[in-house]
Amino acid sequence: MGKSIDVRDLTVSYDGNEVLQDISFSIKSGQLIGIIGPNGAGKSTLMKAMLDLIHRDHGDVRIDGKKITKMRKQIAYVPQRSNIDWDFPILVRDTVLLGTYPRLGLFRRPTKADKKWADECLDQVNMLDYRDRQIGELSGGQQQRVFLARALAQQANYFFLDEPFVGIDVTSENTIITILKALRDEGKTVFVVHHDLTKVEQYFDQLLLINKKLMKYGNVKEVMQKELMSSAYNIDFNIIQSMGGEA
Amino acid sequence: MDFINDLMNYEFLQRAFVTSVIVGIICGIIGSFIILRGMALMGDAISHAILPGVAISYMLGINYFYGAVFFGILTAVGIGVVSQHSRIKNDASIGIVFTAFFALGIILIGKAQTATDLTQILFGNVLAVRSSDMIITIIIGIIIIMCVVIFYKELLVSTFDETLAASYGLPTKWIHYGIMLLLTLATVASLQTVGVVLVVAMLITPASTAYLLTNRFSVMIVLSSFFGALSSVIGLYISFQYNLSSGAVIVIAATIIFIIVFIFSPKQGVLFKALRTRKIRVH
Repeated sequence: MGKSIDVRDLTVSYDGNEVLQDISFSIKSGQLIGIIGPNGAGKSTLMKAMLDLIHRDHGDVRIDGKKITKMRKQIAYVPQRSNIDWDFPILVRDTVLLGTYPRLGLFRRPTKADKKWADECLDQVNMLDYRDRQIGELSGGQQQRVFLARALAQQANYFFLDEPFVGIDVTSENTIITILKALRDEGKTVFVVHHDLTKVEQYFDQLLLINKKLMKYGNVKEVMQKELMSSAYNIDFNIIQSMGGEA
Repeated sequence: MDFINDLMNYEFLQRAFVTSVIVGIICGIIGSFIILRGMALMGDAISHAILPGVAISYMLGINYFYGAVFFGILTAVGIGVVSQHSRIKNDASIGIVFTAFFALGIILIGKAQTATDLTQILFGNVLAVRSSDMIITIIIGIIIIMCVVIFYKELLVSTFDETLAASYGLPTKWIHYGIMLLLTLATVASLQTVGVVLVVAMLITPASTAYLLTNRFSVMIVLSSFFGALSSVIGLYISFQYNLSSGAVIVIAATIIFIIVFIFSPKQGVLFKALRTRKIRVH
């Protein structure tokens, strides 16, 4: 079995309404993949369902041929920032240290080496100077960089980021995308739920266009077709063109 | 000091001292978790809902501990079922479940005709703690401290971000019920000291005081149990000296500590916040 992510017939419903219908795709590892689609299309749900964080009605997800539950240590997930309690008594450096927990397993505590590694990850996102701040004292972009540092600390091979670019400053966005591309270049696989279509072409190798169903999977040029996008978003995509996209 | 002399001489006072200090510590620990998980109401609910368990235990002639733990768990599960399987929000389902159990408890206590009357269960009487109660409290204290020390990492992640904890493969549901179990144990241990009605104060007041003083979870837990134990000692001393209701005095002591910190905390206190604001406005 080669290195790949295989999703078969993934179906998810809430209270009898199907949110995702029979989604199937197969992606080679080592790519930077954008999950796009209109509001309510089920982008975050797809990510959560792939990670087995919500109930699936049916379907199967394999990474390198193995079940997700067996691959947890290889997966770093950055949930949407909106779910965090920003008043939680935790410092930036301790937040990043959380990333070392899965490898430590039960009973073992983070060692000096783990703390040093967490600092290195913090340095990669240019946030080392903020290590002793409480997380609520940071700006949105800084918070997102800290969460990326936490994901880096996991030393995972697969990264899943849910809307990492929402509500953040340009510097943070650039830092994050640069790191994601570097991860890709190291052979890691990165999935990003994304809703801003303007930068899709600069950011991603492959796109998953969904609207409850999988509308199209392929490289950016193949997916960013006017017809396809119009039917997925139910709007006229000349608007996107005027925003700089090539739809 | 007379109090120290009496503490040396009277065994009942020693038992009261040990029990109330341990209760202060464990309520401080568990309280830190429940206030950060937004479950402060849950502490109130469980403390009230164990009443029928206490009554049934008296009827069966067993230690009230067993009945109380059984009803504590039943309440936690009941609240979970109502809020997860309907559109009813968590706080409302807490209200539905615990009042039902509390009402049942009042009826059963009346039927049980125990030597310990309702007042003592509702308001506690730490000076009447028996040796067997003290031993149960010590055992509960050891269990809670050990669980928190051993599973500190897992408890921290799941309290901070449940989705992240789930992506780590941690059994978040079981962690929730585990904390509910520890909460029930802490509540049962507190019955004799502060009583059903005021347990919630021991759970949330010292923890909230600590929350205003630190940005680190581990420090918060330690500070919170320190404030809990301190309130117990002050409360016990004053209630013994002036013959006042122990539970009530302990809670008042905890509240006074909270008020002091609420005003004078360097980072979160209202005084320094006002000063900082003024400084900026003057410039």
